[in-house]
Amino acid sequence: MSVVKELSSYAIPALFFVILCVGLYRGVKVYDVFLEGAKEGITTVLRIIPPLVGLMVAVGVFRASGALDLLVYAVKPVADFLKIPTEALPMIFLRPISGSASLAMLSDIFKMYGPDSFAGRVASTFMGSTETIFYTLAVYFGAVGIKNIRHTLAAALIADFVGVIAAVWICTKVFGG
Amino acid sequence: MTLNGACDVLNYIWFAMLITGFAVGIINGRIDELTQAVVDSSKSAVEISIGLLGIMCLWTGLMEVAEKSGIVRGIAKAVRPVMKFLFPGIPKGHPAGGAIVMNLVANFLGLGNAATPLGIKAMNELQKLNPNKDTATNEMSMFLVLNTACIQFIPATIIALRAAAGSKNPAEIIGTIWVASICAFIAGIIAAKILSSFSKGKSQTKKGLENKTVRRKA
Repeated sequence: MSVVKELSSYAIPALFFVILCVGLYRGVKVYDVFLEGAKEGITTVLRIIPPLVGLMVAVGVFRASGALDLLVYAVKPVADFLKIPTEALPMIFLRPISGSASLAMLSDIFKMYGPDSFAGRVASTFMGSTETIFYTLAVYFGAVGIKNIRHTLAAALIADFVGVIAAVWICTKVFGG
Repeated sequence: MTLNGACDVLNYIWFAMLITGFAVGIINGRIDELTQAVVDSSKSAVEISIGLLGIMCLWTGLMEVAEKSGIVRGIAKAVRPVMKFLFPGIPKGHPAGGAIVMNLVANFLGLGNAATPLGIKAMNELQKLNPNKDTATNEMSMFLVLNTACIQFIPATIIALRAAAGSKNPAEIIGTIWVASICAFIAGIIAAKILSSFSKGKSQTKKGLENKTVRRKA
């Protein structure tokens, strides 16, 4: 499984290399275009501040009060059975519902247990392997006025669940339990 | 499922988390901790966002170069054969196919801003092929499932967040994310294919044929 680790290290430098070379070859003014795109990064980050403040306060209160411990205690048997780290559970529940809420949960896990803990790695992996289902369905079906979505949600949630199991499995393989 | 429907869910969750939090906190006698949590959390939300700024700018900048260099178009061309299997109801050369591929490639490269307009265009094109305007076709379901389970080549936000939290190797999860994504992606395809034959409402191709025969008869 060291292949997975190796690929992780090479991915970013390789992508820079390929994109910049292809860009220059096709006559793109790489630096000018880069600056143009980088500006967009600022707006993206500014846009996530308000929801992140609102949701992280909610997560913070939920944890400080002891309510999170109760919730984790309640679902622990199921989690243990599937070998999911209990610390990552709240985030796993929120992932399909809200991108910023699960991001808030993820940084909460990092703060409490560290990004390099097993829970931190599983949570990072799961976070990156699926999208915010409800948001995606709402935007795309909403755009064309579809009301009967048939099996779409069920299929998306199945993919999501497989993502959780796969994240636990591959993290155990690569980083050890 | 409407846009409001999804927003409502979050309204309830936010409300429920805060209210149960305060209620449980009061019962547990953790009043001071609650106040502290409110102050600390709002502060760290801003700190996290600012911590993301550098990598996000770098990333959106690099991806702009990728888009302008025609890399998105190049990949889109290469994966066209797979489309036939996933979306049998889209006629050859129909603009829906192109829009879907471009959207998925943009998602793959983490071009969120470019992906959404392309996705909406794809949905509009699919809707033109849809005989029953308020019911999703198999193609629409497949497209959305692929979208929610899409593989991300470089998960920039997560790497940035890990770096900000002091990880020794923030990018070490790239490989595991690929593996988990591929599993979720394949599971999504299988689930969408199997469920489509069970779920109510006829598939688009059959309906399309029926419509054609009706028109011919008339």
